[in-house]
Amino acid sequence: MLKTYTYPKFAHRRSAEQAEGRVVRHPAVVIGAGPIGLTAALDFGKRGIATVVLDDNDTVSIGSRAVCYAKRPLEIWNRLGCATPMVEKGVSWKVGKVFFENDLRYRFDLLPEADHEMPAMINLQQYYLEEYLIEAIGGLANVDLRWKHKVIALRQEADHAVLTVETPDGIFTMEADWVVACDGANSDTRKMVGAEFTGRFFQDRFLIADVVMKADFPTERWFWFDPPFHRNQSTLLHKQSDDVWRIDFQLGWDADPNEEKKPEKVIPRLKAMLGEDTEFELEWVSIYQFACRRIDQFRHGRVIFAGDAAHQVSPFGARGANTGVQDIDNLGWKLKLVLDGAAPEALIDSYHEERAFAADDNLLQSTRSTDFITPKSEMSRRFRNAVLELAADHAFARPLVNSGRLSTPTPYVGSSLVTPDEEAFASKMAPGTNCADAPVTVDGRDDWLLHHLGDGFTVLTFGPAPTKAVRRGEIEAKVVSIGEDVVDVKGLVAARYDGAAGTTYLVRPDQHVAARWRAFDAAKIAAAIARASAAGGETP
Amino acid sequence: MNLNLDPNIPDPDGFYQELIDSQRDMTDAQAQMVNCKLILVLANHIGDRAVLSEALKVAGGRVGGE
Repeated sequence: MLKTYTYPKFAHRRSAEQAEGRVVRHPAVVIGAGPIGLTAALDFGKRGIATVVLDDNDTVSIGSRAVCYAKRPLEIWNRLGCATPMVEKGVSWKVGKVFFENDLRYRFDLLPEADHEMPAMINLQQYYLEEYLIEAIGGLANVDLRWKHKVIALRQEADHAVLTVETPDGIFTMEADWVVACDGANSDTRKMVGAEFTGRFFQDRFLIADVVMKADFPTERWFWFDPPFHRNQSTLLHKQSDDVWRIDFQLGWDADPNEEKKPEKVIPRLKAMLGEDTEFELEWVSIYQFACRRIDQFRHGRVIFAGDAAHQVSPFGARGANTGVQDIDNLGWKLKLVLDGAAPEALIDSYHEERAFAADDNLLQSTRSTDFITPKSEMSRRFRNAVLELAADHAFARPLVNSGRLSTPTPYVGSSLVTPDEEAFASKMAPGTNCADAPVTVDGRDDWLLHHLGDGFTVLTFGPAPTKAVRRGEIEAKVVSIGEDVVDVKGLVAARYDGAAGTTYLVRPDQHVAARWRAFDAAKIAAAIARASAAGGETP
Repeated sequence: MNLNLDPNIPDPDGFYQELIDSQRDMTDAQAQMVNCKLILVLANHIGDRAVLSEALKVAGGRVGGE
């Protein structure tokens, strides 16, 4: 059915270890080459971890699937050097409209703050995203992407895991210090380690269709509650690139997924929505039932879970892929320090602490949206409709309209890795928060603050730097002076970080704030590095 | 602020009559919609989350993730 996109086919190659029957121990094996697995490979490779990726298929995502990518994941991909084609190909949008029955009831604007390198949100088909990630991985000698490799068994030893892998050439065994399972909501790896995956299943089905059309709809997110063309259910319209539009229809629990997928069922629905005269072609269609669930532990021995394999959310709010990418952002540097012996294994456990906290936040947001969009009783439907009716005339009701709260990063508040503030700050950059971007110049050239953060630990200090680096154990944090190394051309770094002279931030490799002070104190910085690497808060 | 459970409406009979009259000729569905909107309008006017939770409890609602 697909017409605007030609799927690449990646060659399966027999690895030397399989050909020679040698059992090789790899530092990291990633299972699954979806957006999260590929991001893992790219992040690990860039951080210097030799990584093997196993995928049971040999192409990119079939159908558009994940569509909306928020600023934070784009910043992460920008750090990894592959955001430019995504932003260029993707569709930027910021206006959302909510309709109830025949009428527009509410309009929102994401109102992105100016002076950030990355846009608030782009829409891009998942197959393009994966293609760009694969292209970027191609430039890394230490990442080995292996197609048509299916993990059929996994055994855990004290300090490694043993994988049995099936390829077109037969079955072979490989070992990994760490396995990172990014094999999706139906993760086989999760079953192999016997992990629990619990939460709520929603008794509702949705039809998602990719439609190619030249239409006059603006580049906005349109959401209908109970529209005349689809009574008693909701519908979503969203633009992607290449004149492809994503349309979601809520179908209800009694819908027969196999029947509803047939073009003769889908096309009349689309005609009712788009009008008899609109010319369109159906590219791809799928039916899903959604769930809000999470794995019990993100780490099971030597196997670490990320993305949908660790947490599944309803799609309203674009939280699936976006939060999965942030899982990897959190994991990569920890894995690197532990593999290098620069941090204790306990650092890996902080991945569960921080990302399970984020997953629970996402699940809560997602469950709330779902309860609004698909009311579970007559009375909750009445409350929902009352909110929608009031929203047209009364501002107070508009914040109650919930057609999906769009994904924003969860600050790691209270994480054992962050050092609480000792002094007062008038900025949002509290310990645990991801660093806000801001325009800077370096040697007179335009640049962005985030380009200077993320390569290991970084100390950001406002004013002259007393030293070039702070070392704690095996970890060295380079010092970046706002004023000497980078120039705060618009004063926005100081504004966003409450950067009075002397103010100093310790920034983790994932660009989250680990600690901040009103003065540069090397001993305090060293202690905060120790804490942020799970080596205890005491000075060495 | 605490939820005020002491008499606070100066004209109780008049208010009660106005409430009943406001829905007198409605179907149950219409009246329920009015009630839902009324709850939302009043809740916004109160605006204090602790008071709203207290009111939900007094009304017999389940509060606190039971």
